[in-house]
Amino acid sequence: MNANTTVERVAAPQAAPVAQGGAAVVARPDAAAREVLLAVENVSLGFGGVKALTDVSFDIRKGEIRAIIGPNGAGKTSMLNCINGFYHPTEGRITFKGETRQKMRPHEAAAGGIARTFQNVALFKGMSTLDNIMTGRSLKMRANLFWQLVRFGPATREEVEHRRKVEDIIDFLQIPHIRKTPVGKLPYGLQKRVELGRALAMEPELLLLDEPMAGMNLEEKEDMSRFILDVNQEFGTTIALIEHDTGVVMDLSDRVVVLEYGRKIADGTPDEVKANQAVIDAYLGVPH
Amino acid sequence: MDLLSQIFVEPFALMVEMPDLLVQTLWEGFVSGVLYALIALGFVLIFKASGVFNFAQGIMVVFAALTLVGFYAMGVPAIGALVLAVAVMFALAWTVERVVLRPLVNQPDIILFMATFGLTYFLIGFGELVFGGEPKQMITDELMLPTGASDFEFGGGYVRIQHLDIAAAVIASIMIATLGVFFSKTRIGRALRAVADSHKAALSVGISLNQIWVIVWFAAGIVALVTGIMWGARSDVSFALQIIALKALPVLILGGFTSIPGAIVGGLIIGIGEKLGEFYWGPIIGGGIESWFAYVIALIFLLFRPQGLFGEKIIERV
Amino acid sequence: MIYRESGQYKTSYEADRAVFPLRQDRIGIAVIIAAAYAAGVFGSDFLLQAVLIPFLIFSLAAIGLNILVGYAGLLSLGTGAFMGVGAYACYKLMTAFPEVNVVVWILMSGFFSAAVGVFFGLPSLRIKGFYLAVATLAAQFFLQWSFNRIPWLYNYNISGAIEAPLTTLFGVPITGATATAEARYLVVLTLVIGLTWLASNLVHGRIGRQWMAIRDMDIAAELIGIRPLHAKLMAFACSSYFVGVAGAMMVFLWYGGAEYNVFNIDQSFFILFMIIIGGLGSLIGSFMGAALIFMLPIGLGIVLPAITEPFGITVGAATIEHLRFMIVGALIIFFLIVEPHGLARLWQIGKQKLRVWPFPY
Repeated sequence: MNANTTVERVAAPQAAPVAQGGAAVVARPDAAAREVLLAVENVSLGFGGVKALTDVSFDIRKGEIRAIIGPNGAGKTSMLNCINGFYHPTEGRITFKGETRQKMRPHEAAAGGIARTFQNVALFKGMSTLDNIMTGRSLKMRANLFWQLVRFGPATREEVEHRRKVEDIIDFLQIPHIRKTPVGKLPYGLQKRVELGRALAMEPELLLLDEPMAGMNLEEKEDMSRFILDVNQEFGTTIALIEHDTGVVMDLSDRVVVLEYGRKIADGTPDEVKANQAVIDAYLGVPH
Repeated sequence: MDLLSQIFVEPFALMVEMPDLLVQTLWEGFVSGVLYALIALGFVLIFKASGVFNFAQGIMVVFAALTLVGFYAMGVPAIGALVLAVAVMFALAWTVERVVLRPLVNQPDIILFMATFGLTYFLIGFGELVFGGEPKQMITDELMLPTGASDFEFGGGYVRIQHLDIAAAVIASIMIATLGVFFSKTRIGRALRAVADSHKAALSVGISLNQIWVIVWFAAGIVALVTGIMWGARSDVSFALQIIALKALPVLILGGFTSIPGAIVGGLIIGIGEKLGEFYWGPIIGGGIESWFAYVIALIFLLFRPQGLFGEKIIERV
Repeated sequence: MIYRESGQYKTSYEADRAVFPLRQDRIGIAVIIAAAYAAGVFGSDFLLQAVLIPFLIFSLAAIGLNILVGYAGLLSLGTGAFMGVGAYACYKLMTAFPEVNVVVWILMSGFFSAAVGVFFGLPSLRIKGFYLAVATLAAQFFLQWSFNRIPWLYNYNISGAIEAPLTTLFGVPITGATATAEARYLVVLTLVIGLTWLASNLVHGRIGRQWMAIRDMDIAAELIGIRPLHAKLMAFACSSYFVGVAGAMMVFLWYGGAEYNVFNIDQSFFILFMIIIGGLGSLIGSFMGAALIFMLPIGLGIVLPAITEPFGITVGAATIEHLRFMIVGALIIFFLIVEPHGLARLWQIGKQKLRVWPFPY
């Protein structure tokens, strides 16, 4: 049953929520011609005997929305983990902004301009929405220990200046009413939004979204799609996203890479991927 | 230069020159290692089945011994006191399950850990209030434990072995073997292992978590009682023992929180390492290093293998 | 009706980020501080020496530990020993350079405990939770051993103890035998207020947010660019600074002298209990917890005999001590079950109720 539904969705993306909302974006044909922001070359990742990724290569180009899709356990999240340095590939290399790195710590990736949201919301539960997003500004704040201790001069000026930026993000995401609410008390959809806000506060060049719409209802998905497109278009942020809702993926993204069992099975525009026999097999299953 | 020789040459020279002393030290280390392992075993039992890091295990050792001695002092014959002590440990297990574990289920581990601090202090206060705070003698003879010592000739000297220590080693081995059989062969043992793997899955097949918790806390209480008797026979019974009981913590770090063989090996490493360190290297820096040596061993060890001797490498997920 | 924020609008982010945004709160704090100073002048020696001075000192230690445990989420069982580092550092500094004022040395001694704290905090990068707690036990036992076995630390005194020499501030003796409780209290009060203000600034700023981020979700914190080792060591340093200063104050402004076993593991535990009961991650909770844990035996000593004496039962000091252990242990469990955020949360709930009083709907 399930597999059938999926295929229908693959075959009929125009029925997807975003399209209904009138927010469909025509895939920009120039995506493949832009400058490469991040290149993944022959990356493999293994844990003991288990291979999570095998010889995966693809690139993400400046300003595009790149989707990574695939069935459960295909290695999508592992891929994002490699990109922002949480896992280190056992083989292959990742080049970001022309710099190749062997072992990069996650905070170095963050300093380089990679931000991230998580599959299972990873907010700071004990803190308010405002503080969560303010924490995203950490890298940009400079006041030293002394000024922070006395809470005066540069420390105050800096706090206020970043607060202003954070308030812009809060307005952009339409969440001013929950500014001071501890995030642990927020409903799931809003938590996802706050998490996006925290990532945006870093003013990243590359934004990795791990299932930004998982567990959301239609309305929330539409909102989230709108935010993702706005971020991409207004701030010019490059976005790589993992999503299970194929309709959303096909509508939002410029190019799609498909993983299955840790291998890349397809890469191209949504239309190309949709027509790819390997992808259809992966989602539908092949009779043996 | 002098210092280097003191650290790297002289202790070893002494070991070779007087092998009887070395054997004596190793034996002492072995016996205290067995006792550390027993305390650690109590921790492991509870941690496996309920995920609680029971800081109070060390105090349970003292509390069990104190109960035994306390009942005897009130005029109950030794066997009766033993039975009563077992009953008290059961009551403790039941109460802990009711009052502490059940309301705190699904709380973060660290909260449960801190709750066992509370339990520790409660037991200290309670034990001292009921049985008095002064150190007491263990009723070694009445429990028909062997006393006295034998000397063996070895390497040009004598090695003195207390009969009690031999008994301790034997009883500990029997108990560990019994627990092993209990875990692998009985229905309750199977349930325990199921709970250790996954609380939710165990619940879904109809295992009562609460019952299992009472059983493991009771088992840990019995282990504590045996340990308390052995330890009390070697020194006094008083809450000053808790400082020694805390040494089971480095043992756990070495052995891992969930491995019974780990607890045993870790206990022996710490016990022997500590005695050797104290005897051969302690005098260089003023002696008394037994109070912290075990922790420092564990700390250094942690830096290189955070998952313990037998633990698997932890893969973090997001 | 009185406790309301209505009509108090904030027109700037500066005003909004104030520690006490409500006017009533600001007035309340001012009144408390004024009363605290007044107590120094009008309070009896017993009140100052046996109640207020130790309360303030323990509060400061609890604030220090709360930075580590409550804000940064790193459990430490070595507080007692870090207090000791402050005390012994202060002793060495005072005796080596007697011409410098003692208050300067008390504040300096915290830097020594901060350094030691950072050293023992190094493993926190790789280990967390229980493992880290055990690692801090290494600090506890090693340092306590050092205070006993390294005679240089106590200037080779035969007694093995450190004693506060006579020193003055503005000509008034504040340490040593002739210092009055009043003078010592005023020094303690001023230092504690000042340091609490600094701690409050820290936890409300960027560093505090980083600590809480590490505490709540360390992986996410690292992925948004917080360097975990840096933040954790900073927490160890700041925490140990406050704890160390509290230790120095304890010896020089309260006890007048101390031996190594003052800084034992029970001390560590009681300070930990203060913050559990008071509220993890709350400065005001640190004060409340310190008050409860410290006042408990004093209260028991007064209340219990009053209850039992009419029945002809005398309660010894030992019994009170045992009862104190029991009650503290039970309170810990009680608070963890009923209100894991401690007295501070109860306080907040109370304020919330007061805000809507007398029309709760």
